[in-house]
Amino acid sequence: MELFNLFIESIFIENMVFMYFIGMCSYLAVSKTVKTSIGLGIAVVFVQIITVPVNFLVNKYFLVAGALSWLGPEYADVDLGFLSFIMFIAIIASMVQLVEMAVEKFSPALYNSLGIFLPLIAVNCAILGGSLFMQEREYETLAEASVYGLGSGFGWMVAIVIVAAIREKITYSNVPKPLKGLGITFIITGLIGIAFMSFMGIKL
Amino acid sequence: MSQEIKEREPMFSPKNMRLITNPFNKENPITVQVLGICSALAVTVKFEPAFMMALSVIAVAAIGNTIISVLRNTIPSRIRIIVQLVVVALLVILVDQILKAFSYDVSKQLSVFVGLIITNCILMGRYEAFAMQNKPWPSFLDGLGNGFGYGLILLLVAAFREIFSPSGSLTLPFFGTVKIVPQAFFDMGYVGNGMAILPPMALISVAIIIWIQRSRNEDLQEN
Repeated sequence: MELFNLFIESIFIENMVFMYFIGMCSYLAVSKTVKTSIGLGIAVVFVQIITVPVNFLVNKYFLVAGALSWLGPEYADVDLGFLSFIMFIAIIASMVQLVEMAVEKFSPALYNSLGIFLPLIAVNCAILGGSLFMQEREYETLAEASVYGLGSGFGWMVAIVIVAAIREKITYSNVPKPLKGLGITFIITGLIGIAFMSFMGIKL
Repeated sequence: MSQEIKEREPMFSPKNMRLITNPFNKENPITVQVLGICSALAVTVKFEPAFMMALSVIAVAAIGNTIISVLRNTIPSRIRIIVQLVVVALLVILVDQILKAFSYDVSKQLSVFVGLIITNCILMGRYEAFAMQNKPWPSFLDGLGNGFGYGLILLLVAAFREIFSPSGSLTLPFFGTVKIVPQAFFDMGYVGNGMAILPPMALISVAIIIWIQRSRNEDLQEN
């Protein structure tokens, strides 16, 4: 129940895009059609489920203060916390590469639909943001971290699909010229953000 | 190697100066190139963290651009993304440690967004688009200019949001809190806009900036 609560919370209440503006660059660039945005959304969920737990383990057993105590008592006061940025980004980059190779080998059909998005994801802030939030909120167990990874990725996907659907329709409306494209997308995102704030305080 | 001796370009030639001034308006990283939006929106609730964030990005952009440009002939093109990531990550770790040491409160407010400078698209974008092809000095100026362009939008949004928020004041770095909306207004029943401190207002204020900028400069309009 706790985990399900966390899942709902990370999708709706702490939505990556509407509450923290994480992953906005690709969100703005790829949300022109629903089809491609679903592709990118699935790729983000996919990579998020893998990288957040892996980074959780690395953080727990290598990086936090006292994490190295399993090596022996003399390592108990080593704190490698300052290395976390470079470790996380290296793990994300290599994981994305691995996932890309694995998907290409085992499921060419999936590779064809996700292929172009996977390399983009290594520098998507949603992925690094997920790992950094995981570290900052100090999740206790692997299950919590995985559920958070899944939920935040899913929330990002929901956001990009909603806005892509609206953008497809808005091409037929008469938007003031200077606002066309980028400006109106910002305003739409703001309005959806206001709508999403009504989820605040929901507890299951 | 060509034998002809090229006349040395002066350090502040008009071409170089344009590298600094262009990002303020028609090549602004946020409103025109659409780079680095994530952090720009998230840290603009108050003026002071926005100011610190702008300084950090300016530092990482300028120094990183110079480093990449010095290394540009030795980086194999196949692994250039990794090299760029390592350079950014190193600089960001430095910035993070400095912030933690000298202004811990601000570093807590910025939370994960200092770390997210690594994947801030301004940096990778400028390294890839400019520093890989240009000499160190122009690259340094380009980094500086783009950092300033980014900082300008950040400060505008932050000032807008903080002045219209219920407190009606501005927390300037080094000067403390300055009241912008006079107390007499509050006595007469003026109430600040509570929306201003919530996330959606950041998006709407950037949209307003884009609107103003694009209606003044028609080349930037999309069709």
